[in-house]
Amino acid sequence: MTARRGSMRHAIRLACPPDTVWDVVGAPERLPEWWEGVESCIVEGDERTIQTRSGLPMPERMLTIDHSLRRFQYRITAPLFVEHLSTIDVHDLRDGTCLTVYSVDAEPAVLALVISGAARAALNHLPELLGVDRVP
Amino acid sequence: MGRKILLVTTDQQRYDTLACNGGTLSRTPVIDGLAAEGVRYDRAHPQSVVCMPSRSTIVTGQHPSTHGVWMNGVPLPGDAPSVAEVLRLAGYRTALVGKAHFEPYFDPFLRFEENLLSTEGTTPHGGSRRGFEHLETAAHGAMGPLHYCQWLLREHPEALGMYCRAIDDSLQVSAAVGGDTGAPQVKVNPIDRGIYHTDWVADRTIDWLDSVDADDDWFCWMSFPDPHHPWDPPESEVGRVDWREVPLPAGYPEDRATREAIIDGKPRHWRAWYDGTLVSNYEAPADWVPATLTPDQVREVNARNAVEVELIDEALGRVLTRIAERGWDDDVDVVFTTDHGELQGDFGLLFKGPYHVDGLMRLPLVWRPAPSSRADDVPGASVVSRPVGLVDLAPTFCAIAGIEPPEWMQGKPLPVDDVDAEARGFDKVLTEWDSELFGTDVHLRTMMRDRWVVTAYLPGTSHDGTEGELYDLVDDPLQQVNRWDDPAVRPLRDDLVADLWDSQPPVRPERLALEAPV
Repeated sequence: MTARRGSMRHAIRLACPPDTVWDVVGAPERLPEWWEGVESCIVEGDERTIQTRSGLPMPERMLTIDHSLRRFQYRITAPLFVEHLSTIDVHDLRDGTCLTVYSVDAEPAVLALVISGAARAALNHLPELLGVDRVP
Repeated sequence: MGRKILLVTTDQQRYDTLACNGGTLSRTPVIDGLAAEGVRYDRAHPQSVVCMPSRSTIVTGQHPSTHGVWMNGVPLPGDAPSVAEVLRLAGYRTALVGKAHFEPYFDPFLRFEENLLSTEGTTPHGGSRRGFEHLETAAHGAMGPLHYCQWLLREHPEALGMYCRAIDDSLQVSAAVGGDTGAPQVKVNPIDRGIYHTDWVADRTIDWLDSVDADDDWFCWMSFPDPHHPWDPPESEVGRVDWREVPLPAGYPEDRATREAIIDGKPRHWRAWYDGTLVSNYEAPADWVPATLTPDQVREVNARNAVEVELIDEALGRVLTRIAERGWDDDVDVVFTTDHGELQGDFGLLFKGPYHVDGLMRLPLVWRPAPSSRADDVPGASVVSRPVGLVDLAPTFCAIAGIEPPEWMQGKPLPVDDVDAEARGFDKVLTEWDSELFGTDVHLRTMMRDRWVVTAYLPGTSHDGTEGELYDLVDDPLQQVNRWDDPAVRPLRDDLVADLWDSQPPVRPERLALEAPV
């Protein structure tokens, strides 16, 4: 059987304090700065609607913005998704570096792959955006 | 002025669908004519049996392990080496019209340039992409951000819903059934033939050729999306082949017990797919159980496939006519092939997956060298029986253009006959499979050498790494008897497996990421 629900995860380690990353990924309105293919987004309360480059509006509900834990969680509520939960965690590795982990769970499963593929590209854009080095 | 190159590819076409290869369903006089004037390859194999890795091999001249596109959904990096770029830098005009698929189709963010370009024009940013100055894309229907879909939306919106939807509402490969027999991915398509994607690809190719100066050298990759499923050719053409009169393929034993006994002799993921308990990849409908496939469904799929092949042959004929009208015919090399095959009823299976048998691995390949070159070093009609691969295409194009193939190309210019093939060491060809999707992974390495096809399995979800397949193509051309565990051929098996591992291509240092399902 092919899984109906997909679970994916990507991570990047950067040579900077965790707050440098969190200032960007923990600010919902800054998504277009680091996510390729997001043209704009509107944040109203716990709702965020992004406009993709293909013209597709993607409504989301933000569930968690925890500045002490550095955790951001949201659900995409577009009808295409039966269910979706993405979690961004920024971990302090206490050696001058931090680890950003982007986890995606979704049904249908292929959407987990599509979102996580784009998330991976977004994570990979962070070093250039922040002017910091990636740590292998 | 040098030799011009027309590369014609189809998608998912079997060797035995061409009349010149012994096929009896389709009339393919144009391709047969090219074969009669050129070289027909009897053992051409892909280096992967799915689209993106195989197409990446065609353009890079590298095996999947090296170019890094290890499964569908892994994009080929924009800076990957490309034979089109080599030719462009040598002064060739370059174009790709039709199915590209070096980057994933599932792309709501339009992150991939192939998809983005369809909203902007036909000239890539910076003047070329992978060496192609002109990119005009199409796939298997009306879905997706490709040029054909945009054109259809703009010019013929009434046709958008006529095609079979390859992907269903749950974003799975569609298991919808149709036609007279309820076969999967068969649909009556009322679209006018003139706007079907096969003719569109030919039309756009002709348009690009008309834009080229008479004295220009050019490399044009005309890439038809058919006869890949869905099997939904224009309804007006379906009557060409009456499915009721289509014989069952030799590879489809009608007796169910016989069919299942054959599959049970192969590694366990074969039977698991047949029974509908394991779909390891996104290239087949997850909700369709192959064991339910009926003989009449096999007939109808084969009939519709044959119609699509005929339409391709006719479309190619139109392009060749235009080339002749431009006065280029004597100076054009034409290469016809496909990216991989289709099971099309063999073993009671349809579509494709990690199954390295002839249905997926034996490809049509015809090279009609430019007639003006014939006096030099290319003989008339010939058949090459020794194994060649799609990895050999890129260096062949270099040789045609009079360019030394770059070192990064791993193949060799195609042989023109068996004497040439033997002299230049065409004795084996490699194919590989890797897939990892939602917890299911499969890894195969295959070599065709002499009369044998050997497949070694690496550990994966269904395999512990001790499994394998070994077929004698002379005594068992349908690959129904797996001799991997036959003690009588154990020394041979050991020798083949050792050669298989010794022959593996270099592995790309950094593994590319899977970014979409396809």
